[in-house]
Amino acid sequence: MTTLTELHIGDSLHPIELNPVSRLDLIKYAGASGDFNPIHTIDDEARNAGLPGIIAHGMWTMGNLAKLFSNLYEIGFIEEYKIRFKGMVFLNDVITLSADLKEKSEDRYYFRVAATDQSGREAISGEVIFKVY
Amino acid sequence: MFNDSIGKRSTPVKNIVERGAVKKFAISIGDPHPIFIDEEAGRQSRYGTNIAPPTFPRVFDYGTIESLNLPGKGLIHGEQVYRYKRPLLIGEEITCYSEVKDYYEKKGKHGEMGFLALENYGSAADGEVVFIAEQLVIINETIRKKVMSK
Repeated sequence: MTTLTELHIGDSLHPIELNPVSRLDLIKYAGASGDFNPIHTIDDEARNAGLPGIIAHGMWTMGNLAKLFSNLYEIGFIEEYKIRFKGMVFLNDVITLSADLKEKSEDRYYFRVAATDQSGREAISGEVIFKVY
Repeated sequence: MFNDSIGKRSTPVKNIVERGAVKKFAISIGDPHPIFIDEEAGRQSRYGTNIAPPTFPRVFDYGTIESLNLPGKGLIHGEQVYRYKRPLLIGEEITCYSEVKDYYEKKGKHGEMGFLALENYGSAADGEVVFIAEQLVIINETIRKKVMSK
């Protein structure tokens, strides 16, 4: 388990590189989340909406990004999770998840978090405040 | 156009943090961590049970806000914030409702854009607000015209 207390300002949680985004990933997320907006699963609908192809649900990417913290729930929890959706994620994109410690107080750790694609473009970014018990 | 909806709320809806739904959700975001899906790991954790991932409230039913007729397609999700008092526990009942916090229009690169700020609330059985989820939805000109002509 990562020891948060050993983390210094500027340090990062271990980044995760996701497998290339597949249609099945997005179909599964549609089913699990109840978000059936067809631009995430059906090519024609995406093209009708003016997109070159289907795009990932922003919330799928946001959901994935939070897993950087899943090993830490024994010592604390995500008190605040704030995300700006900046760019689209397409099929076969390879997304890397990152969390950098920006600031810490006695019981709170402030991370800058982001999901970045293979060309270094941030699809989403924001902040996680992790509160320790 | 959505100005009249500011301050409007939905009628609260009861939701259960259902084990199967949490498992399916955790798998769909590639995060089948034992704290979410393994009963024994949940029992031995400080929570005494499994918890739900922080974006799980996407699954909940927040009820319908009367007079707010959002189109099913063409909306852009601009921002999302979750604020938690504590993690959601498997099996607990969460009462959810939604409120329109704000609506404004701004001229952008692609014409006049509409910005709709929604806030979703989830309270536990004892009335404690466990989470608040803020959502900023961006509505482009084409879509707004379509809605208005209805």
